[in-house]
Amino acid sequence: MGWLYSALSSSIGKKFVMAVTGICLILFLIIHLINNLTMYGGPELFNTVVKNLDIIKPIVRVIEAVLVLIFVFHIFNGVKLWYENKKARPIGYTVNGSSKNSDITSRTMIVSGSIVFIFLIIHLKTFWVSFNLGHPLAEEHQYYEIVASAFSNWIYSGLYIVAMVLLGFHLNHGFQSAFQTFGWNNNKYFPLIKKLGLIYTLIMVIGFASIPIYFLFFYGGNV
Amino acid sequence: MIKLDAKIPSGPIQDKWTNHKFNMKLVNPANKRKYDIIVVGTGLAGASAAASLGELGYNVKVFTFHDSARRAHSIAAQGGINAAKNYRNDGDSVYRLFYDTVKGGDFRAREANVYRLAEVSDNIIDQCVAQGVPFAREYGGLLDNRSFGGALVSRTFYAKGQTGQQLLLGAYSAMNRQVANGTVKLYARREMLDLVVVDGVAKGIVCRNLLTGEIEKYSGHAVILATGGYSNVFFLSTNAMNCNTTAIWRAHKRGAAFANPCYTQIHPTCLPVHGEGQSKLPLMSESLRNDGRIWVSKNKNDMRAPNDIPEEERDYYLERKYPTYGNLSPRDISSRAAKEAFDDRRGVQGKEAVYLDFRDAIKRLGENVIRERYGNLFEMYGTITGENPYKTPMLIYPAPHYTMGGLWVDYNLMSTIPGLFIAGEANFSDHGANRLGASALMQGLADGYFVLPYTIGNYLAGDKPTLVKTDHEEFNKIKKGIEDQTSKLLSIKGKRTVDDIHKELGRYMWNKVGMARNEKGLKEVIGEIKELRNEFWKNVNVVGNSNDVNQCLERAGRLADYLELGELLAVDSLHRNESCGGHFRVEYQTEEGEALRNDDEFTYVAAWEFKEVGKWELNKEPLEFENVHLATRSYK
Amino acid sequence: MAEKKLNLTLKIWRQAGPNFVGNFAEYKLAVSPDSSILEMLDDLNNDLENKNLEPVAFESDCREGICGTCGLVINGQPHGPIPKIATCQLHMRHFNDGDTIWIEPFRAKAFPIIKDLMVDRSAFDRIQETGGFISVNTGSVPDGNAIPISKDIASEAMDSATCIGCGACVAACKNASAMLFVSAKVSQFALLPQGQPERYQRVQAMVKKMDELGFGSCSNTYACEAECPKGISVKNIARMNRDYFMAKVKTENVES
Repeated sequence: MGWLYSALSSSIGKKFVMAVTGICLILFLIIHLINNLTMYGGPELFNTVVKNLDIIKPIVRVIEAVLVLIFVFHIFNGVKLWYENKKARPIGYTVNGSSKNSDITSRTMIVSGSIVFIFLIIHLKTFWVSFNLGHPLAEEHQYYEIVASAFSNWIYSGLYIVAMVLLGFHLNHGFQSAFQTFGWNNNKYFPLIKKLGLIYTLIMVIGFASIPIYFLFFYGGNV
Repeated sequence: MIKLDAKIPSGPIQDKWTNHKFNMKLVNPANKRKYDIIVVGTGLAGASAAASLGELGYNVKVFTFHDSARRAHSIAAQGGINAAKNYRNDGDSVYRLFYDTVKGGDFRAREANVYRLAEVSDNIIDQCVAQGVPFAREYGGLLDNRSFGGALVSRTFYAKGQTGQQLLLGAYSAMNRQVANGTVKLYARREMLDLVVVDGVAKGIVCRNLLTGEIEKYSGHAVILATGGYSNVFFLSTNAMNCNTTAIWRAHKRGAAFANPCYTQIHPTCLPVHGEGQSKLPLMSESLRNDGRIWVSKNKNDMRAPNDIPEEERDYYLERKYPTYGNLSPRDISSRAAKEAFDDRRGVQGKEAVYLDFRDAIKRLGENVIRERYGNLFEMYGTITGENPYKTPMLIYPAPHYTMGGLWVDYNLMSTIPGLFIAGEANFSDHGANRLGASALMQGLADGYFVLPYTIGNYLAGDKPTLVKTDHEEFNKIKKGIEDQTSKLLSIKGKRTVDDIHKELGRYMWNKVGMARNEKGLKEVIGEIKELRNEFWKNVNVVGNSNDVNQCLERAGRLADYLELGELLAVDSLHRNESCGGHFRVEYQTEEGEALRNDDEFTYVAAWEFKEVGKWELNKEPLEFENVHLATRSYK
Repeated sequence: MAEKKLNLTLKIWRQAGPNFVGNFAEYKLAVSPDSSILEMLDDLNNDLENKNLEPVAFESDCREGICGTCGLVINGQPHGPIPKIATCQLHMRHFNDGDTIWIEPFRAKAFPIIKDLMVDRSAFDRIQETGGFISVNTGSVPDGNAIPISKDIASEAMDSATCIGCGACVAACKNASAMLFVSAKVSQFALLPQGQPERYQRVQAMVKKMDELGFGSCSNTYACEAECPKGISVKNIARMNRDYFMAKVKTENVES
């Protein structure tokens, strides 16, 4: 299998790994968002959904493990590429004209990715750890209240919204970039893919960010 | 006195090359790798020769002063390449291409060479297609053709306006394949500075490594020079900045006769000079003359803007003088007419420029049609001049473009030094006194792909040359000579820069050895060049040192050779008491101002033998026209 | 043709050799707006030579945008601010009186600096030598019209083949990646019927060489396309990616 390893560690192979894992994560976000949006159905609906996930826990765990693997590949490869690409130009330009030839989101994937990664750690601690590892409210299946409580915090919500905007930058470039990497760039379809990526990104950003906004401004419930 | 034996095979012209190919000696395939062949230059001729010889199994060393073989100036050829395919069914044939080329060359080319060129032209197209050259195609998927000047058939194959680029990249890729195979070794950033001749036979070259300054010696069983033309003797030309005559000039000084240096082609549609700082004159494709009308004001010293000059005060001089061909008159004739207008003080606002006007074509066809046909050229014009040619007429003026003259070669492309072969623009062989459009690419590739691979083998198998080691005293002597010249150049520390002197040389050449030459001017200019050469060796300032990248030194070395070649160009022009093709002597013209050949006295190739700097001996190779009858060209 | 001259301040990278430390030198000069930027440098060099100072080393040849020899980074952009031209076609009328212009060499590990603004781009030749050709010997070929090629395919191949090998794509890419250059050659032959026999072998060999030479990876910023003097499309990169995967999947070759 040496050929496979060498293929995947070539410059194009690494990009391929980024694209495949990226697409998986893009799909995962859709499911995640659908789950989140059930909050608009009220505490009962959301809590039931999460509770039901508990029933199929072994399957969820497997999916989670796969997700972690995908994340690790995506992040490891991304950092490796970033490091190698830095080395390809040891001395940079004194005057940087890149704003005139490329889109900022495309040039800052490592930045937006890193911030999203930091956010991910905090996010996992706030919710995944609380939901799974013995938060008193979780024991009572009061997941909705955990969320409401977290988002009542201005700082946390603010950070969440900022992270979502950066995720948006990351997704907007990543979406079409994956298709380019797969070689699906064509005069007819590529403009469509770019638009689709933008629509997807907007749905994700607005969808995810709407929840803290809802809890901050419109949720009158007492926690 | 050199004996000029053209070695033209006997028999009818159609059979000469076929018979010759059969009669030539062959090298055993197993022995080919034992032969070292040096190729200098990686343009169409050099790259194609290196590739083909490498494929045969020879051990090829190829040299270029560029950073990459792909940069050679063949890359800038725009229009196309001729071939007698007759894909149009419009009556083309090998014989017609041969005839058009001989006539276009004003009956000053060697018939047998031209016929061979026409004969192999078809193979060139096939070869390039197989290499993946993306020639323009028709909707049916077959190759497209366009028409070009000097022919009444459509035989020009093209790849957008970048035919030279695509053909060169084809030859370059074929050569790269041999580099990968190990049969060709590429030496980039090496400038050949001298030819090594031992016992009268070419045995190697000496060159400067342009990165380290080291003078390097290379030996071979045969040497091929494919180093292009010498238009840059005029300083301003359509040639690239680094095009130079050094390789062929040094070979000339080692004994290779220089043929017909006075045949220089001035291309009529180039951009005019904008000022003292101008470094070169970009070419605008000849195809523009299909729809553009060339004119100047009827009044002398007319300073009005073009759109303020009313119709009745415009002189469409080509249409007036040559009603049949009009704006599509051949290059030499159109160029001379522009000069006449300028000399009559009717150039655009007093400058060396005439108008190329699309107003009427736009009125007739609409801007969109014109945009479709010439959009990229108009854009290029706009980029360079900052003016909009859809609104105001273009300014154009003739500029030196191609040199038909070059080192004398026999039918086998061997110079007067055994073992030294010359290919492409560097030799004199196929275009006579004037080259037709789209024929330069054809000749370069014909020489490299289809002539040299045979004739080199014949030389090696027949003459059985031996290899001289690079520690031979002749190599060392020549290396020492180069080093001495370098030290000399660096030690002058005078007051004038290299470019300053080159510009002065260019002015002399342009004014007196340019489009119209006369005895008095030529005699004067010979003195002026001699004087300038002395000035150069006393007063040039070459900055920097010899063991490093030194572009100033590179330019100085090239200029030193131009200062000698310029004189020979004038000497040849002075001796040729007739007007033909690119050589126009004002004393020899008809009453209507047309070129007047003197077939009785000048139907020969003038091959100049170098004696000492500023001194040459004339050798003549008579030209015999057995197939095409000498006639006066008329484009009225 | 304006008579007025522009007064400019030039900040030019000077570096005595590959192993020297470089820095910017400042020059002030007045230049005709009709001059090209390289003619301005000619002027500057002429002045320097007159003062017995070493001229600025920079490369150029055809000065009509086709040979690919010239290439400077002007105010942070390879070939300067005007799209789809090479450095030699950049004229000074695009600048204003009083401007400061920064001129740097192309920077990439695979393009080491030789002197001042001269860089070594021979890495491109090394890539081409590994597969940028169709293996046909001189003479052993069919008639040019033996294989019809649709006009669209021929034009598309021509669009890829129009690359001048200047290296601006590498210079513009934040990763100094050579993907646009390599993909243009791969695409030209992948599109044409003549290129099919070696199609998969070619793409693997060329990508492998490209990686060895120290170019970065593509991260699809498309800066290369924006700065390419010939406007070569990133679609070529997509095509090369596709061919590379197909080569890996379809062929049995486990070596490359």
